[in-house]
Amino acid sequence: MPYAASYAHPQSNRGLVVLTIEGLRRLHVSASFDVHSGECIALQGASGVGKSLLLRAIADLDVNEGILKLDGVLRESMPAPLWRKKVTYVAAEPGWWAETVQEHFPAWSEAIPLIEKLGLPVACGSWDIRRLSTGEKQRLGLVRALVLDSRVLLLDEPTSALDANSTKIVESMIADRASMGAGIIWSTHDKAQAQRVGSRLFIMSGGRIEELPP
Amino acid sequence: MTYIQLSYGDLILPAFLVVMNGALSIALHLRLEKQLAIATARMFIQLVLVGYVLTFLFAAVSPFWTALAAVVMVLFASREIVARQKRRLMGVWTYGLGAACTLMAAGTVTIFSLLTQLHPDPWYHPRYALPLLGMILGNTMTGIGLGLDVLTNGLVRERAAVEAHLALGATRYQALLPVIRDALRSGFMPTINGMAAIGLVSLPGMMTGQILAGVEPADAVKYQLLIMFLIAGGTGLGTLAAVIGGGYRLTDHRHRLRLDRISSELGT
Repeated sequence: MPYAASYAHPQSNRGLVVLTIEGLRRLHVSASFDVHSGECIALQGASGVGKSLLLRAIADLDVNEGILKLDGVLRESMPAPLWRKKVTYVAAEPGWWAETVQEHFPAWSEAIPLIEKLGLPVACGSWDIRRLSTGEKQRLGLVRALVLDSRVLLLDEPTSALDANSTKIVESMIADRASMGAGIIWSTHDKAQAQRVGSRLFIMSGGRIEELPP
Repeated sequence: MTYIQLSYGDLILPAFLVVMNGALSIALHLRLEKQLAIATARMFIQLVLVGYVLTFLFAAVSPFWTALAAVVMVLFASREIVARQKRRLMGVWTYGLGAACTLMAAGTVTIFSLLTQLHPDPWYHPRYALPLLGMILGNTMTGIGLGLDVLTNGLVRERAAVEAHLALGATRYQALLPVIRDALRSGFMPTINGMAAIGLVSLPGMMTGQILAGVEPADAVKYQLLIMFLIAGGTGLGTLAAVIGGGYRLTDHRHRLRLDRISSELGT
């Protein structure tokens, strides 16, 4: 697993704190932890336990309570759209608001290298969204977020619809982002994937998270 | 200007046409006879009552009674707007948004036409103000009702798309724009279709009424054109305000989609 080696771990080698989460509450979900630059937190837990709720709350997509800071700056002190460009949530089933692929990217040319890396043709920019497979949608949804160069990526089952090869490429791409200093929270049902990608492992049950020993 | 006056007795024979519909419903087991009877009775009572009310208002020429009648008309319109919603905004916004936008749009356009085109004396004369308001209100109400219905249903249906856009840093206005466009199109379409078909497919009620009352067709046409312009303006203004207001209410200051502010579907 050569791609896993590029994550900044073990714990002692963590970078600076990029995201601080204190007393975050959303419905039955509550959490407090820090995300460091260059690390990937693998978040596991049964379906319906609240992993997506936690990631959406961090991105401020749902009403929630708590103190969140990005590089020491309070979430409420910056406009919500700016917060989400820096702390970006990627849904397992990404939504689409325009007719063609290209219309969903602020600058298509910036997306092309990532698109090619994920095994999609450059011509897919003109494709109708309705003709995309679930896997293509998931890869393009990820690229759409990666072009933002976010400080923190909140990945909600980002490879759930992908084959082994595509999964491997996605894991490698996210590892590259972490090595460039981004903080990652990666929700997954796949225990082996969690072990591969996670520099820290969190397990969620009853709406609370617990860090597993390395 | 002469016209053929009708007595209530003259209406008995035409009323048999409705009775014929009822008989058809019974014969064909359409089960519409009860609804038809209630609707006919309501129509009769409402129109006779409104005839007396208008007679009183036209004799009084009072700003207070005219304004009160206008407010009552707006309240009934907002009730109709809510009745046409599959999903409704919660709280005071249920009736408040429709009523406010209807009042603003229909009121503005009516006052505009009274002050700039018709110049009645006094300017609020109920003989002009109330029929004008009524016609503008009916169309504005339809536009607002359709616009809000498409907005709320569209946001529920397109939730993933809207939130994906928000998650990538779009503002609430950018994220809602595709749904807002659909809602505005739906609100405007009946008026545009009505304008396109008028004169060819149908002769509008007001124009027909004026011609029957002895007005020259060329003069009746001018009035009808004025009304259509006012209706288009009122519907556009009201639908725009209601859809933008609805979009504002269904998001918050942190640019989050707030579908929790819509009540569940009707009939559940």
